[in-house]
Amino acid sequence: MTTHAPRFWRSIPQRYNLKGTHCKRCDEYYFPPRNLCPNCRRGADLEEHTFKGTGTVITCTTIYSATEDFERMTPYHLAIIQLDEGPKVTGQIVSCPDGVKMGMRVRPVFRILGKEGERGIIYYGTKFAPMPKDEEKGPTKDSADCSGIL
Amino acid sequence: MVLGIISYGVYIPRYRIRVGEIARVWGDGDDISENLNVFEKSVPDLDEDAITIAVEAARNALARADVDPARIGAIYAGSESHPYAVKPTGTIVGQAIGSSTSFTAADFEFACKAGTAAIQACLGLVGSHLIDIGLAIGSDVSQGAPGDMLEYTAAAGGAAYLIGSDNLAAEIESFYSFTTDTPDFWRREGMPYPEHGGRFTGEPAYFKHVTSAARGLMERLGTKPEDYDYAVFHQPNGKFPIRVARKLGFTREQIAPGLVVPMIGNTYSGSCLIGLAATLDVARPGERIFVTSFGSGAGSDAFSIRVTDRIDDIRAGAPSVREYIKDAEYLDYAMYAKHKGKLRI
Ligand SMILES: [Zn+2]
Repeated sequence: MTTHAPRFWRSIPQRYNLKGTHCKRCDEYYFPPRNLCPNCRRGADLEEHTFKGTGTVITCTTIYSATEDFERMTPYHLAIIQLDEGPKVTGQIVSCPDGVKMGMRVRPVFRILGKEGERGIIYYGTKFAPMPKDEEKGPTKDSADCSGIL
Repeated sequence: MVLGIISYGVYIPRYRIRVGEIARVWGDGDDISENLNVFEKSVPDLDEDAITIAVEAARNALARADVDPARIGAIYAGSESHPYAVKPTGTIVGQAIGSSTSFTAADFEFACKAGTAAIQACLGLVGSHLIDIGLAIGSDVSQGAPGDMLEYTAAAGGAAYLIGSDNLAAEIESFYSFTTDTPDFWRREGMPYPEHGGRFTGEPAYFKHVTSAARGLMERLGTKPEDYDYAVFHQPNGKFPIRVARKLGFTREQIAPGLVVPMIGNTYSGSCLIGLAATLDVARPGERIFVTSFGSGAGSDAFSIRVTDRIDDIRAGAPSVREYIKDAEYLDYAMYAKHKGKLRI
């Protein structure tokens, strides 16, 4: 059986804890992490940065049919989320039975991302869930239901 | 040297099924909820397991008291539903909470009391100055075979405790364990669902072990039930902890804050530790809590705990048990079966 375990293993810091990079010179944040800053090139001053994981949904879609490994998950919500530090990530939104809305504030949760069948390894990592109501901050007005867009 | 709880955190999945809905599918009577004193139980999401629950609970424990994860020298994760037979839960938890790599880890199993056994192991290492902080976790996504009585109560949830010797939110004054070879409940390697001895699980198992450990501890400390403000007992259903409390001389008021099983079901390794967390959520400085776990097979660990002034500083740092209980989304049996991946009959 082929396994993607080694490739997954290398990405564990970014998948579990959203570890990316930050350029101290131009104050740009990068996720996934980068070895060079396209703004500053040779003058870049990069440091590791762990993203808070809070952000805002900028676009989303609902998946109704998926490959075998994800079949039991359908329907599920995929979204592009703008992290509060700036970068955009694609992630699954969970605990959201009423549907995902653009502008919705989200926080990170630790979930199973996938399994290599019955015998293979289990991939864990970050998904996103709606922020509890009292902690909501950000551009939530003008939100539109976006299931089906994308 | 005083040892105890630096911080604690819980996690309960937000999906629930009403016990009455399960009874409807299997043609059992409406009185089953009352008979068990369990009305709803938590159900994990499709992508949750004992590891994801352990991670969320541990992150809550770290956040509650703002503890640096690099101080953790041991991670002991207790569960009877570890996702891997070989590949420790504690390794994934350690990486996910941002611990250093210089910690020891092992997974614990002792039916529903693996989490309290993990606390005892951490107390030993901290007390002998071998580590700074130990992380003890109990988490489960337990399953009963469809149609089995266990299906009415088997739920999902977990709790994590940071055990140390400074900045304590609660001191652990002492513990006492009682263990025998009693085959009341078991699961053979490779089998999907546990087996149990029916009525045999009551008197010779739960009641004998819980009362023996509890009495053993009170005898050792020279304490009586009246010396405690609260008591928490393992909660396989809503009837057993009430009955064992009465047997020992504790009141309904003492166990009320920690009795969570009617709303979330039996979270196995999480059960008595979530009950303790719910009690810490409301306890005031100086108050004392008596805790006794139970694990089939069988054994009980009893603890005497005294809450310190620090509890008021950390309490609001993470969601309370009641907040998790309130945030509920209800499933019907068909959706529940999908969540549990119930294909094996
Ligand atoms: Zn730059």
